[in-house]
Amino acid sequence: MTGQPMYVNDDGYFPSNDEHERWEHRGYEMVVGLEVHVELATQTKLFSASPNRFGDEPNTNIDPVTLGLPGALPVLNRQAVELAMRLGLALNCRVQKSTFARKNYFYPDMPKAYQISQYDEPINADGWLDLPDGFRVGIERGHLEEDTGKSTHVGGPGGRIHGSDYSLIDFNRAGVPLVEIVSRPDIRHPEQAKAYVSELRAILVAVGASDAKMEEGSMRVDANVSVRKPGADFNTRCEIKNVNSVRSVGRAIEYEAKRQIALHEAGEPVVQQTRHWDENDGKTHTLRSKEDADDYRYFLEPDLVTVDPGPEWIERVRASLPPLPAARRATLAEASGEPANSDAVLLVVERDQDEYVLRAGTQGGDVALALKHVKEAPDLSTVVPASSLATLTSMELSGAVTATQAKTVVEAMIAGDHERDPEAIAAALGFEAMDTSELESMVDAAIADQPDAWEKFCAGEGKAMGALVGAVMKASKGQADGKAVTALLNQKKN
Amino acid sequence: MSDTTAGSEPAVQATQIAEGVRHGTLRAVDVLDDHLARIDAREDEIHAFNLVLAHLARERAAEVDAIVAGGGDPGILAGVPVALKDNMCTRGIPTTCSSRILGDWKPPYDATVVTRLREAGAVVIGKTNLDEFAMGSSTENSAFGPTRNPHDTTRVPGGSSGGSAAAVAAGFASVSLGSDTGGSIRQPAALCGTVGVKPTYGAVSRLGLIAFGSSLDQIGPFAHSVDDAALTLEAISGHDPGDSTSIERPPLDLRSKLQMGAAGLRVGRITDLPTGASPDVQARLDEAFDALAAAGAEIVDVAVPAFGYGLTAYYLIAPAEASSNLARFDGVRFGSRTSAPDTNQMYMATRTDGFGAEVKRRIMLGTYALSAGYQEAYYGRAQRVRRLIADDFASAYAKADVLLTPASPTVAFEIGDKSSDPLAMYLCDTYTIPSNLSGDPAMSVPFGSGDGGLPVGVQVLAPALQDHTMFRVAAELERYMQDQQQQGSGS
Amino acid sequence: MPERITTADVSKVATLARLTLTDDELATATVELAAMLDHFADIDALDLDGVEPMNNPTHLVNVMRDDVIGEVLDRDEVLAAAPLAEDDRFRVPPIIGLDD
Repeated sequence: MTGQPMYVNDDGYFPSNDEHERWEHRGYEMVVGLEVHVELATQTKLFSASPNRFGDEPNTNIDPVTLGLPGALPVLNRQAVELAMRLGLALNCRVQKSTFARKNYFYPDMPKAYQISQYDEPINADGWLDLPDGFRVGIERGHLEEDTGKSTHVGGPGGRIHGSDYSLIDFNRAGVPLVEIVSRPDIRHPEQAKAYVSELRAILVAVGASDAKMEEGSMRVDANVSVRKPGADFNTRCEIKNVNSVRSVGRAIEYEAKRQIALHEAGEPVVQQTRHWDENDGKTHTLRSKEDADDYRYFLEPDLVTVDPGPEWIERVRASLPPLPAARRATLAEASGEPANSDAVLLVVERDQDEYVLRAGTQGGDVALALKHVKEAPDLSTVVPASSLATLTSMELSGAVTATQAKTVVEAMIAGDHERDPEAIAAALGFEAMDTSELESMVDAAIADQPDAWEKFCAGEGKAMGALVGAVMKASKGQADGKAVTALLNQKKN
Repeated sequence: MSDTTAGSEPAVQATQIAEGVRHGTLRAVDVLDDHLARIDAREDEIHAFNLVLAHLARERAAEVDAIVAGGGDPGILAGVPVALKDNMCTRGIPTTCSSRILGDWKPPYDATVVTRLREAGAVVIGKTNLDEFAMGSSTENSAFGPTRNPHDTTRVPGGSSGGSAAAVAAGFASVSLGSDTGGSIRQPAALCGTVGVKPTYGAVSRLGLIAFGSSLDQIGPFAHSVDDAALTLEAISGHDPGDSTSIERPPLDLRSKLQMGAAGLRVGRITDLPTGASPDVQARLDEAFDALAAAGAEIVDVAVPAFGYGLTAYYLIAPAEASSNLARFDGVRFGSRTSAPDTNQMYMATRTDGFGAEVKRRIMLGTYALSAGYQEAYYGRAQRVRRLIADDFASAYAKADVLLTPASPTVAFEIGDKSSDPLAMYLCDTYTIPSNLSGDPAMSVPFGSGDGGLPVGVQVLAPALQDHTMFRVAAELERYMQDQQQQGSGS
Repeated sequence: MPERITTADVSKVATLARLTLTDDELATATVELAAMLDHFADIDALDLDGVEPMNNPTHLVNVMRDDVIGEVLDRDEVLAAAPLAEDDRFRVPPIIGLDD
């Protein structure tokens, strides 16, 4: 992944992507690929048996391998391989025979002065990830490697590396298993980049590969950004590091794209380099230039042997995968009639409440109404049995309670009133179905009371409707169904 | 074997010590004292050890005796004094690789072989000198000064495991362990007149061996006899889940095969073997073929065309791996550090001060062989040559059960003879290197003497996992030499 | 085989390996390395097309361990053996002049 100044794969990898909106600025488009590092949710390190645990006392999760002591030898963690496979299969990758290499470089948080990483032969290759709106991002590879330790910079201005007096190293994180997921440079819009990170995170959590917490660093995003005139060749890219939230992903690449466009317009070269995103000033800054040639001297790690999962293991892992977020959204969309990328579907699946909503459906309730309630009242699923939600939606559907009343019932169920029984709550609140003739007489009374409003409403002034509906609601003490009132008013107008 | 001990007193063989101690006819503490007495007498002159563990060894020997007194069995190496090359980690005991860069580092863990030796009842008597980080063929590249050959102290003991070879030859230890990356057990064994074995790659765990060339390194024994070497190897071999390249097999079964003789075995003579062996060494090799033929073996001609390219392949691959393996000596977590104003300068200063000239030379050679633009031309091509060598051996082993070559082109050379000419030193490994590249077992058996009455070793090579066949042939050569000596001494 | 090794090559290699050479050492090292590489040119004559590189003698695949927590080292013992430690961590001089 070094020494390649240009992207090598063709644009338009997925023809269907052409239908999606592209970010554009002064006639340029952005070309973005993301490299995401995730820490795997194992008990132990990738190559040794000390704990993989965040937040422990410094240098307590160490062993000879973690510290790179002389004579220490790595032994691969089977669970790390399996979690990487789970992720790879979820990303539609080819899971394949793979090897480990040494990436040689000196840095105090890298104990052996080489990182063991899959280089030529990653365990996962050539997959893709579909964003909720159907945009497809190619996945080049998802390979296993070990994490580094952590440095703390002491003295100087504000804990920064530059100007510090010295640094302190904690090796607890060293050797923690990582998967690096490298996307193809298919992303053309900051929103796509954000959606990619969110969706990847959801998949990671769903398959149990990682807790994927950007704030704790268990998910880390680097962005490769270049710009070009649509249809032109790829240009020199820059790598943006230190992007620590989904929001920053969008901001950082948009800033960087605009910076590069300004350079192109000024006729100045874009220098291939690594840049650092600064959340405070909203800019990217030069971290180091790639010109001073990294020479990592990769070679196959002689202390480890080939990992060849083989069809049997691969199929066993595939069979054990849970439904993925995209499939769950599709299921919920079909059951509810809402679009798969609607806010309600996205949100409820993200909150892991889709199963609850669907259960309300199978227990005789209405899925669309259940979805609406759960979207608006996230606490429902934790305290109210799905069967009670199902009952409420049935009451609503039959007209036994109005939509407005139903909301009140939901609040009461969450509060724990009447053993969360929707019928008991509705009865206690005096919610009864109002028959049509009673409602009609209330509507007639409202028209009679406000002839001006009625006239305006008939003349097509939509705003006038509010006064009429409000009067009916007041007369009915809130028990009238707003939709029914509107329907009656329209009926009478014609 | 009194003839393999270049001291005034005969050393006792490990097989005899262990049997005596286990049956209560010998006390481990007495055996130890015999060895310590020989160390006292000659160690100043030989310098086999970086560290003699007299006190710990006494405690351990007493413990072994107590086990026997209590009716227990301390194991197959009960009471056997063993010396360890000082590149094997010993918990709480300095492990230096004969380098300044490790400072007074004491490993917080034991190498697997050390654990196995203890479980077998052995008594570790000391840590032996070596060429720094096992890089050399004379044990002159030690930060602590050279080891001398017990047969002639103006000469080198060979290397890099020269201290371990000398310790056995001088009777300081009954057996010792060395490591062999390109001949570092077999060549010093030949020069010191001991048995020295590099087993099949993966037969002995490398966990706790401070790596030189990870895909080449193997630990193996030095011993007074083939039987002792077999016993020691049985104790230290066998699967270790802590080494991913450890063969998933039980310990080697060798001793049961030693009496089978060489009759019916096909012994290969490599027709295109690189020249360079001195006439005295060549004469002994010829005699070995004759001896085996007389014992009923069939001598067959085989070709190993790529054998001679081993040196080049090795001196690109081993330094490449070493350049990476030795990068961890950076002054951050253990060992010595030379202070400097920033971390990068600290790395430079620590490594420049800490490593000796030969180590630096090989690190640079290996770094170059792996560097951008040169990797395919050097490291890549060397790995392809390695494949050729392995394939050539496989073809040869279709026709022969074992092969015989010299272990070293010459007998022990004078201290200082080759130390200013790295290439001349590298040529010492011509005959031993190919087995490291292929991963096959090979051993050196003392086979009489050459110029100046100095020991000559014959190398027996066998295909991977055929260590027992190799030992059968070695035992036959040993029997022949015993017969010769008995006839010579007129007894 | 590539062109003959130069002092500039050797100097770059020394930097990569974090070794400092004096001018004299650099000159000597260049001569020595060049002589070795000349010697190693014997394999240039070999036709290696189609010969697979051999990385390791081992034929093992899928050597893995269970994901079970094992022993950890004693922090105080380890830090006591470190060249410099502070606040339960390994101390190094300022990190500059290094790529991350």
